Amino acid sequence: MSQFQSIISTEDLEIGFPARGRRRKSKTVASDINVSLHRGQVVCLLGPNGSGKSTLIRTLSGLHAPLSGGIKLSGSSMNHLSNKQASREVSTVLTDRLTIGNLSVHELVSFGRSPYTGWFGSLDQKDKQKVAWAIESTGSGPLIDRDVLHLSDGERQKVMIARALAQDTPAILLDEPTAHLDLPNRVAIIRLLRRLAHNTQKAVLFSTHELDLALKAADALWLINREGKIITGTPEDLVLDGTFESVFERNSFEFDRTTGSFRLHEPSKEPIYLQGNPVGVFWTRRALERSGYEVRESNGTELQVEVRALEQHFEWSITYQDKEHNSDTVQGLLSILQKL
Amino acid sequence: MPTPSQHNDVQYQTGIRPLYFFLLVGGVLLFFLLNIGLGSVNIPLADIVHILAGGETEHSAWRKILINIRIPRAVTAILAGSALSVGGLLMQTLFRNPLAGPSVLGITAGASLGVAVVMLAGGTITSIFAIQQLSAAGSWLIILAASLGSAAVLLLILLISIRIRDNVTLLIIGLMVGNITIAMVSIWQYFSSPEQIQDYLIWTFGSLGGVPLDQLWIVAIVAVMGGGMALLMSKPLNGLLLGDNYARSMGLSVASARIWIIVSTSLLAGGITAFCGPIGFVGIAVPHLTRSLLGTNDHRVLIPGTLLMGALLLLACDIVAQMPGSTATLPISAVTSLVGSPVVIWVIIQRKNLQASF
Repeated sequence: MSQFQSIISTEDLEIGFPARGRRRKSKTVASDINVSLHRGQVVCLLGPNGSGKSTLIRTLSGLHAPLSGGIKLSGSSMNHLSNKQASREVSTVLTDRLTIGNLSVHELVSFGRSPYTGWFGSLDQKDKQKVAWAIESTGSGPLIDRDVLHLSDGERQKVMIARALAQDTPAILLDEPTAHLDLPNRVAIIRLLRRLAHNTQKAVLFSTHELDLALKAADALWLINREGKIITGTPEDLVLDGTFESVFERNSFEFDRTTGSFRLHEPSKEPIYLQGNPVGVFWTRRALERSGYEVRESNGTELQVEVRALEQHFEWSITYQDKEHNSDTVQGLLSILQKL
Repeated sequence: MPTPSQHNDVQYQTGIRPLYFFLLVGGVLLFFLLNIGLGSVNIPLADIVHILAGGETEHSAWRKILINIRIPRAVTAILAGSALSVGGLLMQTLFRNPLAGPSVLGITAGASLGVAVVMLAGGTITSIFAIQQLSAAGSWLIILAASLGSAAVLLLILLISIRIRDNVTLLIIGLMVGNITIAMVSIWQYFSSPEQIQDYLIWTFGSLGGVPLDQLWIVAIVAVMGGGMALLMSKPLNGLLLGDNYARSMGLSVASARIWIIVSTSLLAGGITAFCGPIGFVGIAVPHLTRSLLGTNDHRVLIPGTLLMGALLLLACDIVAQMPGSTATLPISAVTSLVGSPVVIWVIIQRKNLQASF
């Protein structure tokens, strides 16, 4: 089972901030963390704001000291590894902004070879190959002569991932790699991470706020709940057993298991029974929920809507108090419902 | 997934950088010759080359002027220009602040304080010139005091910079720390005799001519040590460009790198300030000019470039300060400020705001 060899594993890890200065007592962010990260696996770290996602990533990267417990990198305790040895096991992409210019993408990616180069940082043939490979695998080839200052957010993220790749570590940890990116860039970054994990057998852990994306992209989820405990599992299992919902539960903000997304709107109007063509139902449901109707999948409501897919378009028929109304647009449907 | 072996042919071009280095070296040589050729006494270039080559000349005064005054002065300019510029570069990287530099963050003020303390503690020793005449031991004492003064201010600023990440705030604090040290020097001046004050004031104008020939090697040792340390720190300096966290995650020891950078900067800025007085704006301006010329922030290239550019610029400033053809000499720090301040303004305008990058 070399494929599931654990790269990073923790033992009763407690993360947080030590007592210092005005803070008399240490502040625990999360505790009893017993997780492991395996080769070839993409793991998504989720949790409400302030739940300690960044702290965990920084702790696992060795940038932040744990309060207690242990971290093992490829089987050896992190405490026994030098900074340099640890940097050959784990590379990171952080949210820290780059504030420098006059540095080409190629130079930046080359810095990733630091754990392997000598005191002056000169690259040998193997280093050069690794850098070229990292640039190639991330699709950063066209960027190599560009100044890092003038990259777009998406390009910069890609280049920082290339730098982490050049570091040639079995694990890559990324703190919110998709923040500030538009949808195509987000998808591109996630695809890149998945490809890297599966093709190079690297372990990839990334934190995100985007639950939808996480559910689709991750092989496993690490959920930090409000009690500072971490629950792990396959995304679908965590959704089906209600764990996912409970972690993000808040007043008037609930996860809809049937759609895999969050309900933005509180139902305030009468229930509607919706049936018909699946594609039509999916989009009609959105429109109805946005307008405040409660959509049901079982009959027995006064209001009933059926969606039919015709050759060129969809058609909606609304049944209310035994009268039938018809519409051929969602807009028309909504205005009919309003008049009833 | 492409295999690494396919990419052997991918080579990154360093472009026209070797050409720029060639030009810089040529420029330093040219300005060195100009510097020793121009002055209140006009010595033809042919005679300079002749004298430098060891030949005899009918004007024995020319030889004396060259060997005893102009060459030590030009060599001091090269050492001071290189040292202050690399000191400034180290600080800009350490603080990740485009406006950091020995004079801006109060490092030279710290060196001044160190010098002042030595003068005061000496009691009977009346001035820096008296100490320098004491021999090499006295010079080392002053360099040590100035470097310790620099290091003290640098450490203080560094401690503050850990708490305050904001560039502008840090600069203002640096100015204030500089003011405090200047105030301490003023208090010392208040209780001093007029002769001491006069000597000190002349020292604060800055001078490249104050290093006697037999002590030039001390300045050289300090500058070479500081510069060598800086070069050896190239790799961690490059790491620090990406921030402390990235530097650490790439296996670099940030804490020890910081210490070595401080030691190196203190030696460079302190050592030069001890002998030449505070020379402002070279340290902040030259790294920017070099970055723009070479188009890189890679310290393995940037440090040698900055060394050469600093030497070149201070040689040029010194030529202006000498005011060829007249007997008057301007204070060197006035000339460097006139040249350096516009560069700083240009940097600020180009960046539009100080939070952004260098």
